[in-house]
Amino acid sequence: MSRLDEAFADGPAFVPYLALGDPDLESSLEYVRALDRGGADVIELGLPFSEPIAEGPTIQSAVVRSLSGGMTPTKFFDAVETLDVDAPLVCMTYYNLVYQFGGSEARSASEDASGGTASEGAGPRPFVERAAEVGIEGFVVPDLPAEEAGPLREACDEFGLDLIFIVAPTTRGERLERIMERTSGYVYVQARLGVTGAKADVSDQTGASLDRLDRWDLPKAVGFGISSGEQAREVVAAGADGVIVGSALVDIVAEGTSAASQTASGDVAEGHENGDSTEAVADRLETLARELKRGALAGAERAQSERT
Amino acid sequence: MSSDTSKFGEYGGQYVPEALMPAIEELDDAYRRYVLENEDGFVDEFRERLRDFGGRPTPLQRADRLSERYDTDLFLKREDLLHGGAHKLNNALGQVLLAKYMGKERIVAETGAGQHGTATAMAAAHLDVPCEIYMGERDINRQRPNVFRMRLNGAAVNPVTTGRGTLKEAISETMRDWATTVETTHYVIGSVVGPHPFPTMVREFQSVISEEARRQFDDQVGGLPDSVVACAGGGSNTMGAFSRFVSDESVDLYAVEAGGSSLAVDEEEGVAPNSASLSTGTEGVLHGARTKLLQDRDGQIVESHSVSSGLDYAGVGPELAYLVDEGRVTPVTVDDDAALEGFHRLSQTEGIIPALETAHAVAWLEQATSEQLGDSVVVCVSGRGDKDLESVIEETASREIPNAPDMDVFSGGMR
Repeated sequence: MSRLDEAFADGPAFVPYLALGDPDLESSLEYVRALDRGGADVIELGLPFSEPIAEGPTIQSAVVRSLSGGMTPTKFFDAVETLDVDAPLVCMTYYNLVYQFGGSEARSASEDASGGTASEGAGPRPFVERAAEVGIEGFVVPDLPAEEAGPLREACDEFGLDLIFIVAPTTRGERLERIMERTSGYVYVQARLGVTGAKADVSDQTGASLDRLDRWDLPKAVGFGISSGEQAREVVAAGADGVIVGSALVDIVAEGTSAASQTASGDVAEGHENGDSTEAVADRLETLARELKRGALAGAERAQSERT
Repeated sequence: MSSDTSKFGEYGGQYVPEALMPAIEELDDAYRRYVLENEDGFVDEFRERLRDFGGRPTPLQRADRLSERYDTDLFLKREDLLHGGAHKLNNALGQVLLAKYMGKERIVAETGAGQHGTATAMAAAHLDVPCEIYMGERDINRQRPNVFRMRLNGAAVNPVTTGRGTLKEAISETMRDWATTVETTHYVIGSVVGPHPFPTMVREFQSVISEEARRQFDDQVGGLPDSVVACAGGGSNTMGAFSRFVSDESVDLYAVEAGGSSLAVDEEEGVAPNSASLSTGTEGVLHGARTKLLQDRDGQIVESHSVSSGLDYAGVGPELAYLVDEGRVTPVTVDDDAALEGFHRLSQTEGIIPALETAHAVAWLEQATSEQLGDSVVVCVSGRGDKDLESVIEETASREIPNAPDMDVFSGGMR
């Protein structure tokens, strides 16, 4: 059993997401610690890619903030290496970053030789090796369907990491079988069609998606649109083993960021205000984290009582 | 699972969110049945509509003065005469019709220069399907006439404000829409890019260009041309103009890319002031396919540039990337200034105002050696330049373009 499986072993898991480096590296590390204090069982850390096709406006903006703050895969791994939190960490990113890592030297060499042919040095292995070194337990790669995931799955097996696949409301039959054969750690149940983003209600597709996954033992974590403790409760009561929450948390970071920049542009002495703001944002994140975790636990109690 | 192979060597594939995979499999199946096997007479209807609505076949015209200038027999494949003024309708009409055969109720599409958007809007109006077009905000401002045309045909135009607001962002945003509405909607992708089966399917719809050109050349001259020249952004007119010549080893194929203002990549700024992904790009994964890309060493996609919106893209079709690696297609580049000169040259010598994209192909003739061109050349005139008039006049005024007409006529003395 991996650390990710274990995180789901004693009750429903709360799995928050933040983009690392949003709005800057130091603050975002502080925010991750706040989520850990708030009861996170697993933390998904976003490594920003310039073309995040699966993300809604909230996380797109986070990606822009992080990239303009200078985030790179190398800085991401260096930062994770220093991060001391209890919750196991999962890296969420897009395949081109996984594929290019560590391949650039090989690539420019082959370019010189042949004028830019496909780079033999590129591939997911160096990325996975470095991730394992800094203590990452698994990956979510939203633009990598099971069909193209062979090399990454292999590298994950080699270094003992989990590869978490997303199951969509449109995933049925053979596709579902194929994905469930390849996924490990947990399965990411996409609650609704579309892109990431906080929603006020729980998707009615959630129950049906969970039913389709019933015969597999792997933990089922539901994400896409969950923003409140009440929603977390409903989702867990419907049979989820965990809830994944991203945009609702990123919204708090975004609000804090715009507040901080207003303060800065208002000619107030900067350092203090911004410092306070990071703490205030971290407090708000911790508060919402506790609410979401409580909601998940309440949902589990209800699910339990309905079963008995 | 696949109708054709989903890969071109190592390029291509299906790198998309899981939510889209069932739709892509459904599309693959529909492509195989309707397009490859002519189920329910799809191909017959498509050909008929291309003829009656689109105006095909387009002429293969001998360009007398350019033939003289380059001392070769030079022919123009006049896709600018296709309805809408560009080759884009071949694909848009094919895909919108396919969407109808598949029972889809709604069309979404991205557009860069607006040519694919206008072609899709026309096809959707013609076939009575609701249509929404995503277009970068910056492109909306660069291509106002095309925005009007889309609106006139009844399409909604959704501005995309992320990033630099060009084609790359418009594709990402259209994929997001599709991921939400996939059960009822078809995404009419505008070039030979994206996940399988799009690169193959779009190439097949565009292949009518080389199918006709091959036959017309044989009728008019006899045999095969020595070379075929087409501009390349995403590569749909390129693959359309090349595909029926690919197996004719004697025909040289030149893909002319936008060299922009420089072929270098500025890692610090994340900008490549060109769109030459075949000539300078490296392998990576973008918008559903593994292909050649303009990217930094980490794999972040950099912002491309070209004076021509339609070539302004950091990726390129996977099949073209493969054909370049195989040595079958030769990528070459033309910079912004040379493209503008090419624009004026075709306008003045042949009476054809080309799209700025096409102007790159025309401009390359000036750089090419006589060995490269051979005794006979077919140049794909991918589109007409009406949409570019404003930007050409603006760009020409700010540069030293020796063959540009002066526009002093506007500053005359009438008061």
